Amino acid sequence: MRRKKELLGILAIRISVLFVLVSLFAVLIFIGLNGLKVLNIGFLFEPPKEGMTKGGILPAIVGSLGLSVGSICFALPLGVLSAIYLAEYAKGKRLIRVIKMGINALAGVPSVVFGLFGLAVFVKFFGFGVSILSGSLTLGILILPTIIRASEEAVLAVPQDFREASFALGASKWQTVRRVVLPTALPGILTGTILGIGRAAGETAPIMFTAATFYQRGLPHSIFDEVMALPYHIYALMTEGTSPQYQVPIAYGTALVLLLLVLGINLVAIIMRTRARRAKKW
Amino acid sequence: MRKNLIERVLPIIASLAWAFLFGIMLILFTEGIPVVKSISPLRFLFGLHWYPVHEPPEFGILPLLLGSFMVTLGAIIVALPLGLGCAIYLSEIARPCIRDITKPFIEMLAGIPSVVYGFFGLVFLAPLIQRIGHLPTGLTGGTASIILGIMALPTVTSIAEDAISSVPRNLREASFALGATRWETITKTVLPAAKSGIFTSAILGVGRAIGETMTVLMVAGGSAVIPSHFFRPVRPMTATIAAEMGEAPMGSLHYHALFAIGLVLFLLTLGLSLAAEWVKEK
Repeated sequence: MRRKKELLGILAIRISVLFVLVSLFAVLIFIGLNGLKVLNIGFLFEPPKEGMTKGGILPAIVGSLGLSVGSICFALPLGVLSAIYLAEYAKGKRLIRVIKMGINALAGVPSVVFGLFGLAVFVKFFGFGVSILSGSLTLGILILPTIIRASEEAVLAVPQDFREASFALGASKWQTVRRVVLPTALPGILTGTILGIGRAAGETAPIMFTAATFYQRGLPHSIFDEVMALPYHIYALMTEGTSPQYQVPIAYGTALVLLLLVLGINLVAIIMRTRARRAKKW
Repeated sequence: MRKNLIERVLPIIASLAWAFLFGIMLILFTEGIPVVKSISPLRFLFGLHWYPVHEPPEFGILPLLLGSFMVTLGAIIVALPLGLGCAIYLSEIARPCIRDITKPFIEMLAGIPSVVYGFFGLVFLAPLIQRIGHLPTGLTGGTASIILGIMALPTVTSIAEDAISSVPRNLREASFALGATRWETITKTVLPAAKSGIFTSAILGVGRAIGETMTVLMVAGGSAVIPSHFFRPVRPMTATIAAEMGEAPMGSLHYHALFAIGLVLFLLTLGLSLAAEWVKEK
């Protein structure tokens, strides 16, 4: 009886893991196979044509890259400085706990609420309009917790000896942070940055009312232009327009490009992390 | 010790997460309040009808609230057992080499953008469920629940795994020494010892599911009625905001009502984040 329970219990756990892995591969393979049918060089480097029924997705790729880079420009300095404060300067467990509570709570805010915030503040109040700038700022706030957490971990992983050696040479606290701690923590910070880019590239709800547009002729010219973006393009192809027989295949292709982009970015981050760990001499 | 300019502003930057939280709350309040002025808060929260474009319009969000709750409940019914199963597998059952292969795949689920999940639900799962259940449409709350469950699973798994693997080794050894089988050790010793962490993982999983937008927007069916059955179309709060913000004229009652929904959503997820912190402290 006990033996049977043991076998059944462990079997149930193995089945649940198998189910999860099968779900993952179902998504990847289903989108991969259908997406490959439309994926070619032209698809990547041409603008959409004839009311979204033909052509490629170049403006959406460019738009997504622009939004990701824009959000990083905003979130990276703030995130790294927050992490430095938390890891190097903040005194008292209580203070650190309160700050971290805010960071965790910010990470839990639904993405569509960020969209509302961006709409009211950046689009309307500051008058940036529906634009790359508004979308980047909105996404920047969204990925801030990711960047802070990764950077803090990287800064904390720098051995205490390094700091003491620097102090022993007469360096000030800030000099030590800038010349010793930050360079040593750089690979970890970069990993966090890359994860943030991946997160920003995949988000749809925050850019729906702040940056994204269904169709654009050519590429955006300035940060005050609205843009097409890969995730929004998938949504738009499935919900707008009148010829699903042409739009759905393009949506498959776009979904595959987005998946490859985001999972590729995550893979780069994982490889960098492993390499950085291996290269450590301390 | 003299501090330079950057060192002086560091504490301000580190408190930005809280500043953004307050900013978001402030915006949602100021933009949402006009609704409560024209209809009472109780009629807003418990009104049975959401007819924003009727004449006269009705703004009762009870169907949307119940839609969100139902979809989230379904998601956690999927995510908790599967996520816990994966966590137990990774920390208690899998050999190290298999664990190192399996874990990145489970983490990969978290990297897939939500719009891709929504797309997959639209083209694959919804037609499947329609056929299996002989339903008029496969776009239902239950369909969304299954996908949201898979999406919330990596959150549940990673936090539950941390909790399970931080259970001290000697507890397990004591259990084995008493002649318990592996399954008995897991269910009667390890899981009870890790229960606060597992509870945290469930709370954060719920937070993830209730705030998810694109999947429910694309898959849940979109009809704003009190859900009568698991596999009927519903319209959760996030989907309502995302679907209607584009059409609501700026400054109209409808526009403000959508911000008020955002406020309800924000307060719910903030409550969940703080509850998770509180359980973690215990």
